[in-house]
Amino acid sequence: MRRFIIKRLILSVFILLCVTFIIYALMRCLPASYVENMAMQLSAAPGAKPYSEWLDQLNEQYGLDKGIVAGYLRWLSDAIRGNFGDSWKYTVPVVQKFADVIWLSFVMGAVAFFLELIIAIPLGVIAATKQYSRTDYVITAVALVGISLPTFFFATLLKLAFSVGLGWFDLYGLVGRDYEQLSAWGQFLDKANHLVLPIVTLVIVSIGSLMRYTRTNMLEVLNADYIRTARAKGLDENKVIYHHAFRNTLIPLVTIVGGSLPGLFAGALITETLFMIPGIGYISYQAMVAGDIPFSMFYLTFMAILTLAGNLLSDILYAVVDPRVRIA
Amino acid sequence: MFRKKGEGYLTAKESRRISKENRKITEEFEKKRKRKNVPESEYITQMRDPNNEVEFDDLHSYFYTDAGVVKSVDGVTFDVPIGKTVGIVGESGCGKSVTSLSLMQLLQRPQGQIVSGEIRLNRGGKVYNIANTPQEIMQDLRGNAVSMIFQEPMTSLNPVFKIGDQVDEVIALHEGKGKSKEEIRRQTIEALELVGIANSEGVANMYPHELSGGMRQRVVIAMALACHPRVIIADEPTTALDVTIQAQILDLLRDLKSKINASIMLITHDLGVIAEMADYVVVMYAGRIVEKGTAEDIFYHPAHPYTLGLMASKPVVGREVSELYSIPGKVPNPVNMPNYCYFRDRCEMKMSCCDGDYPCEIRLSDTHVVSCYRYYEEHKEEAERTANANLLQTARMAAAGEEVKGDA
Repeated sequence: MRRFIIKRLILSVFILLCVTFIIYALMRCLPASYVENMAMQLSAAPGAKPYSEWLDQLNEQYGLDKGIVAGYLRWLSDAIRGNFGDSWKYTVPVVQKFADVIWLSFVMGAVAFFLELIIAIPLGVIAATKQYSRTDYVITAVALVGISLPTFFFATLLKLAFSVGLGWFDLYGLVGRDYEQLSAWGQFLDKANHLVLPIVTLVIVSIGSLMRYTRTNMLEVLNADYIRTARAKGLDENKVIYHHAFRNTLIPLVTIVGGSLPGLFAGALITETLFMIPGIGYISYQAMVAGDIPFSMFYLTFMAILTLAGNLLSDILYAVVDPRVRIA
Repeated sequence: MFRKKGEGYLTAKESRRISKENRKITEEFEKKRKRKNVPESEYITQMRDPNNEVEFDDLHSYFYTDAGVVKSVDGVTFDVPIGKTVGIVGESGCGKSVTSLSLMQLLQRPQGQIVSGEIRLNRGGKVYNIANTPQEIMQDLRGNAVSMIFQEPMTSLNPVFKIGDQVDEVIALHEGKGKSKEEIRRQTIEALELVGIANSEGVANMYPHELSGGMRQRVVIAMALACHPRVIIADEPTTALDVTIQAQILDLLRDLKSKINASIMLITHDLGVIAEMADYVVVMYAGRIVEKGTAEDIFYHPAHPYTLGLMASKPVVGREVSELYSIPGKVPNPVNMPNYCYFRDRCEMKMSCCDGDYPCEIRLSDTHVVSCYRYYEEHKEEAERTANANLLQTARMAAAGEEVKGDA
């Protein structure tokens, strides 16, 4: 087990190097160049230097005068020492800006993910055990609606019902108008209140696929011979389903759960934009559009690390839930 | 109008109509099954002969599929005497397994249902009619009074639990009251030793994938025997194993039978296995019994053309043939069975009278029973009596049906 993990970690470092290089190369090739925009603005000022002079000066200043490989190596040597530089767009250190926004997205993602698990998996199990019953049809139909309808449609519906109609929540934003006057506990509640609709949106659009996946796997397991053996022992139906069958259904589910680790930090661009919540999805999108190389590099590297960690985690979890899998 | 397409073709409309009707019927059955606090009088009954462990009496088990009703078991009657082995033979899909699963109430519900008939299980003091026994009582009987050895050892153990835990589970369920975990585990180890597993403590800590097919089948047998059942159903216990292991498993079953004195229902299509193991033999074809009797009756005096065909199609040591005999034709479509001898179209001894209704049972001797028109002449009187009795019963059932409708 330990050897496997060490081997995988070494491999991961190699993969990470390749990934970061590709990202860097792509960022440099993007048509949206922060430096060009800036040079254009500066040269437009009255009595300024011509555009090409500004461009050369800025390129040198921002380290873009070197080639892609040399630029990458310089970024890498800084990054290894923990120095990710300053964000060009936000003009603060990258790590500081990231730390400001990531927790909001993480809380949203984690709560939504947790709710998704505790709603989708039991529903999937129920739908499978009552296959072709009315319950099954209702659950499957709801899942299909969740999968097929887009986020913005749901978000708008929710806003119409709960903000405009019932007036329970604000339409958008993270804090209310009187946020500054509230006590610490009140401020927390105010933020939580503003996060309800975004989280509900995230949950609704994501439960469908997990639920269908659970249902399919459960159905397959329920038809297995060992389930008949369990019934032939005289076990009651609950024990058969939630002990014998569910343990086997867990095996494929684990891959999905392990694979969603990066999703927790990725933020939800569309949902965050619709509710005007300054999460990482929204911020990183803005940075990328502006051609902010340090911020994008940091964010994408972070995601790559999480993806690799998620894969490793699901491989390890596989061995935990399925005794047939031995890691060596 | 559409032209009639080949047999078995259903239009979407027909299929929808069938599944709608099926749903109505199966919901009725399920409703009846899901009642709480069923009075004992509904499922406690009397044995016809107290020397029997199990009596199947005119059992009908149907599957309500979207293609129509499949009468997998259609009026099966036979007894399993105490301490005897009854072999059930027949080709794939003839209803052998469905008969045994009915005894365990393990038919795939809601499609599969015991429609009518009785299965009487003798439990010393009480006699249960399995067809009406409610779920909770059934759970107590399964694995305890009746247990089952399945045909696929590779897949009939749960891959994620250890062998010991899987055997513990059944012991704890039925005999574990007031016992500590260690005591239960000791009993598990004993059960594993009983089926000839060396290093039983080590095996108890292994997962199923770490064992060979033969070992797994031994574990399945140990699990079936752990609670000292009165009836063991062995559903093709040697099918998935190679011949050497087959011989070992059969020896084991025979040994165990003499040790624990249980009745065995042995289901197989291997006549050799039957000859070696069984005291009584039941030959099934398309959901009905075509012939039954003692092993001697069936092997030395086979009467039904189907049994004769089966006997002719097995290789015999010392006789050289270039090609083994095979019964011509194929099994009829299980949906919409005709009302004449199901074997008629494949039978090489067909006579003119075979076009009549399904032949009734003819008693050739005290133990030997066959359903075939070829024996009507010799046993005319008896045949007519049985036929009349059948008619009477049908009429009675129809009248009862009318009454029920009248009530509704």
